[in-house]
Amino acid sequence: MSTMAVDVHPPVWRRLIGFNLLTGVILGVGGWYVGWFGAHAVVAPSLSFFGDIDFNELSLVLAYLGGVVGFLTGLGFLNYPLARLRGYPSSLREKETQGVGRYFTLCTDHKVVGIQYLWGIGLFFFIGGLNAMLIRTELLRPAHQVFPAGTYLTIVGVHGSMMMGMMTSGILGPFANYLIPLMIGARRMAFPRIEALTFWILMAAGVILQTTIFWGGFPTGWTGYEPLNIEAYQGMDCYILFFALVGISMTLLGINMIVTIVTMRAPGLTWTRLPIFAWGVLSTAILMALAAPVLVCTLSLALFDRVVQTNFFVAAQGGSSYLYENLFWVFGHPEVYILALPGFAIVLEMLPVFARKPLWGYRLAVAGLLGVSLLSWFVWQHHIFVSGINGDLRPFYMLSTELISIPTGFTFICGMMTLWRGNIRYTTPMLFCLAWFFNFLLGGLSGVFLSDVPSDVTTHGSFFSMAHFHYTIMGGLVFTFFAAIYYWVPKMTGIQLSERLGKIHFWWMFLAFNSTFAPLFAIGFLGQPRRAVTYAKSLQFLNDWVSVSAFALGLSLLFFLATFVYQLAFVKKPAEANPWASRSIEFQLPSPVPVHNFDRIPVFSSDPYGYGEGPAPSWTPAGAPAGRD
Amino acid sequence: MRFGVKLLLIASAVVAGGVLIGFYVANLTTLQGSASYTIPVQQASGKPVVNLKIETVAAVGPQLSPNPDWVSYLIQNQKGAWIRRTVWKLPANATVHVTVYNFDGASGLRNPYLARPQGVDGNQVTIDGKPATGIDPNDASHTFAVPAYHLIVALPGVADNAKNQCGYAPCSLKLAHRTIQFTFHTGAPGHYRWQCFVPCAAGWIDGFGGPMQTIGYMDGFLDVS
Amino acid sequence: MATHPTTAAPGADRAPHGRRVIVAWLVLSIVATPLVAIFLGPILPPGNASVQGSGQVVDNTVLTATITPVFCLLLVFFVYVLTRFRAAPATALEDGPPLRNHNGIQVTWIVVTTVVVLSLAGFGTFELLQNGSGGGQGPSPVAVPAGADHMMQVQVIGQQWNWTYRYPGYGGIETQDLYLPENTYVVLNVTSLDVIHSFWAYALGVKADANPGVDNVAYLKTKGPRSFEIRCAELCGLWHGYMYQTGHIVPQSQFAAWIKQQQTLNASIARYMPKYSRSYYPDPQRRGG
Repeated sequence: MSTMAVDVHPPVWRRLIGFNLLTGVILGVGGWYVGWFGAHAVVAPSLSFFGDIDFNELSLVLAYLGGVVGFLTGLGFLNYPLARLRGYPSSLREKETQGVGRYFTLCTDHKVVGIQYLWGIGLFFFIGGLNAMLIRTELLRPAHQVFPAGTYLTIVGVHGSMMMGMMTSGILGPFANYLIPLMIGARRMAFPRIEALTFWILMAAGVILQTTIFWGGFPTGWTGYEPLNIEAYQGMDCYILFFALVGISMTLLGINMIVTIVTMRAPGLTWTRLPIFAWGVLSTAILMALAAPVLVCTLSLALFDRVVQTNFFVAAQGGSSYLYENLFWVFGHPEVYILALPGFAIVLEMLPVFARKPLWGYRLAVAGLLGVSLLSWFVWQHHIFVSGINGDLRPFYMLSTELISIPTGFTFICGMMTLWRGNIRYTTPMLFCLAWFFNFLLGGLSGVFLSDVPSDVTTHGSFFSMAHFHYTIMGGLVFTFFAAIYYWVPKMTGIQLSERLGKIHFWWMFLAFNSTFAPLFAIGFLGQPRRAVTYAKSLQFLNDWVSVSAFALGLSLLFFLATFVYQLAFVKKPAEANPWASRSIEFQLPSPVPVHNFDRIPVFSSDPYGYGEGPAPSWTPAGAPAGRD
Repeated sequence: MRFGVKLLLIASAVVAGGVLIGFYVANLTTLQGSASYTIPVQQASGKPVVNLKIETVAAVGPQLSPNPDWVSYLIQNQKGAWIRRTVWKLPANATVHVTVYNFDGASGLRNPYLARPQGVDGNQVTIDGKPATGIDPNDASHTFAVPAYHLIVALPGVADNAKNQCGYAPCSLKLAHRTIQFTFHTGAPGHYRWQCFVPCAAGWIDGFGGPMQTIGYMDGFLDVS
Repeated sequence: MATHPTTAAPGADRAPHGRRVIVAWLVLSIVATPLVAIFLGPILPPGNASVQGSGQVVDNTVLTATITPVFCLLLVFFVYVLTRFRAAPATALEDGPPLRNHNGIQVTWIVVTTVVVLSLAGFGTFELLQNGSGGGQGPSPVAVPAGADHMMQVQVIGQQWNWTYRYPGYGGIETQDLYLPENTYVVLNVTSLDVIHSFWAYALGVKADANPGVDNVAYLKTKGPRSFEIRCAELCGLWHGYMYQTGHIVPQSQFAAWIKQQQTLNASIARYMPKYSRSYYPDPQRRGG
């Protein structure tokens, strides 16, 4: 492939029929029909029972798998392996693309992938948010149906799956992909093509989940419990394929991050000089690489149960619904820390910059991140305390769950002591980081009730647990997601975002968020179960309050989207190279960052937190010429 | 890019997003079978009286559903035609005389307790003209149940060896069927679900998928107002 | 904007910040914690309809009282820090003192959080083992409440989408309503005929998942007569949100009368009712089966 000359200005039609999103979609649709009709042709004649249920699930599954393969082929993921098979030398030609078009193609430049992730994840985040608005619309009245009874469950399921699936990569996708090579002084990720693959698989997955509405939706919520899962209509297959693809994407993303951080650090960047954000990414990536495969395997078994009538989860035929619950939460609890840990890291990364002090207790902070990462494997049964699991185990899981607040506390003390006697600037990213402390504190303290078995008997499966994880995930992840946007987008795009609009967004979102989720603790304490379309008439006032606040929260996000697009497209205020006066290396590079990051590979002599310790060391004094990858 | 081009792109993105959202919400709110049917009221000495004529069929047939093999309830409209509507508007505090024609064979109740008629006048029903206070659970073909009214009536099925079985709807009353009659009373206004408790959705695990979980087949609402 | 400005003279600020925060925290905690325990405690869920429910109220009160000082600490700390150490516009980019670590603070923090966490876990375990706390414990329960020799047994059967109740001690009758006599030890055997449900009697402080083919045991001891709401707390399909009922705790005599009435009603199908079993699971109809 490297022998092909790159035409600098090919005509538009030539670019449209190259390997890009358009051809990806065309081949994706084609692949869908190949799978659909192929499976019908092979399977339908031999199995008579389709007559009973009016559908052939195997063909639906194969259609979607065919669609994914076609989509990836159309994007050009097969070009390189095929070229290598034909004897061409290795290359990273996909990186050389210029112009806006590269955002719609397979591009191996980690900075392009980061920006693709930002918009792609953002799109699905807003779709998930739209579903949340629909949920709250339905819950305005205790019984009245805006949506038909089964549809409400589909909306709940799509909201939960979309958020839990797509936002797992909410920080690692856009920001770690963009920043980790810069922070560790590398010119690319370890596996650039896999990096692009994780993004495009995720996009295919999101679309597949959304198409569930054409197949009757699914009734199980994001957990997909058996045997309701087997009993559900075809839309369930969309959920399974979605989450399995997300799992594959997460696994690859995690492995890529681990390998990059372990092997590609520039000279002098020892483990104790690594930015804390990279530590956060590393501990998250370890969880991703180890937990997501469990999910993929579990869902494969569930798919077999549905499609080819195996009995892994059918109690009457030797299977067990507990097996599914356990396997799901073996993935599911590390999963929530996959969502939360990058938020810890972003807060600790930004506080030194805006408090003008070194990160306090660096080693303790690292121990906290790794400790959470380790302990999160030993807590999963707290999700099923009242399910009838072996009763002897419950004190153990109560203990392990409460123990995890010790490493979480490390993050708190390190952050708090970093602020101590600092010189604190209230910039927009800083406000979002400070909000994290408030939100995560409430989330963590409410977690005490859920970890305690006697208390969990009442709070489990109620709106209390729902409020709890929204405080930790929305309050922990989404707030730091916006902190990261306001902090790093100037670097990524070269465009400075308005502080005034950012602060309006912050206060609007912060107040609406707390007004939405704080009353849910009370609603849960008063006995409203999750995912139920009806509730006690006495709870209508609180529910209406929550709904109205949720609409305000939704509007705050629309306000962000409008101002964000407006500033990027029209205002275009150029960003300084280092708008926050940070010592971190990515801010020593021009904005936006040049294609090859560094002219010479930097040599590190300290961590990036030496505020108050004299002038910052120069980052790129010597080192090897960077050369080409 | 020029200002006009950018504005056009953003405007078209907003319009496209709006259309997609509109389509999505419309798709969710107007699922097939969720339309309601108002049952005509006959006044009798102050208290409203309603005659409800429904039938259960083993397969709903291609005329009435995109899923022709699904089991379903049907209701007779004023013109005497059988339509697939399961959200019924009823007056509050009314007496409801129900006649069910069941054309389906027996598949048996999972919970035998539900074979006893409850929540109906006299805790008994009339099956093919004879009063009954319970049936053999293995003979149950479907149930008509409104849990909020404690109403459960098991419907005995057509014998497996009966002649003239109805293949799929519409089913003529000349074909083999059972007739079940009972009376119940609606109370305060509200939105009460009704459903079938017999695991009758052939092909699904536990017999509870597809038509058993879709409004417009074996589930519906009594919209009491 | 200057990239790396000068550093403020180290040690210029000698005000006793730490002492102020600690004193303010101690004062606030000492005032707030008893207030929370006294005024918030009694209204915490789930109420006093059963011994287990009352136990949970105590448990929730202790937890709330424990987290109050933690919340106060963070509150005082952030209010102080965010107001006191706010950057003046003119010196916004001056660096603060380069404090990187303090062993005393680290050790204290770790020790205190560990002690708090271990005591919470110990307390939770104690509460759990005392009376079972009303949660589902699976087929072989470990936390059996004391004095539970003569328990009344009620089997809770979940199915899509309703709860029914069997009373094995009264001829195996089954009902659509849950009636319990007052001041009685009750063992609930929760099971399901199809998918996973969760039996949640909020006011009684009882929650136990109903699993197909599994007997999930929960204990409670009722108190005085009252009604209580029952809901399904595990997503079970189309009518999950409608799977609710009202249960009743009634005086002993009323309970006996009610049982007699149900036995009469059940006579017409008594011969069809299955023998009591810890779980019922007829063959599921598989596809193509």
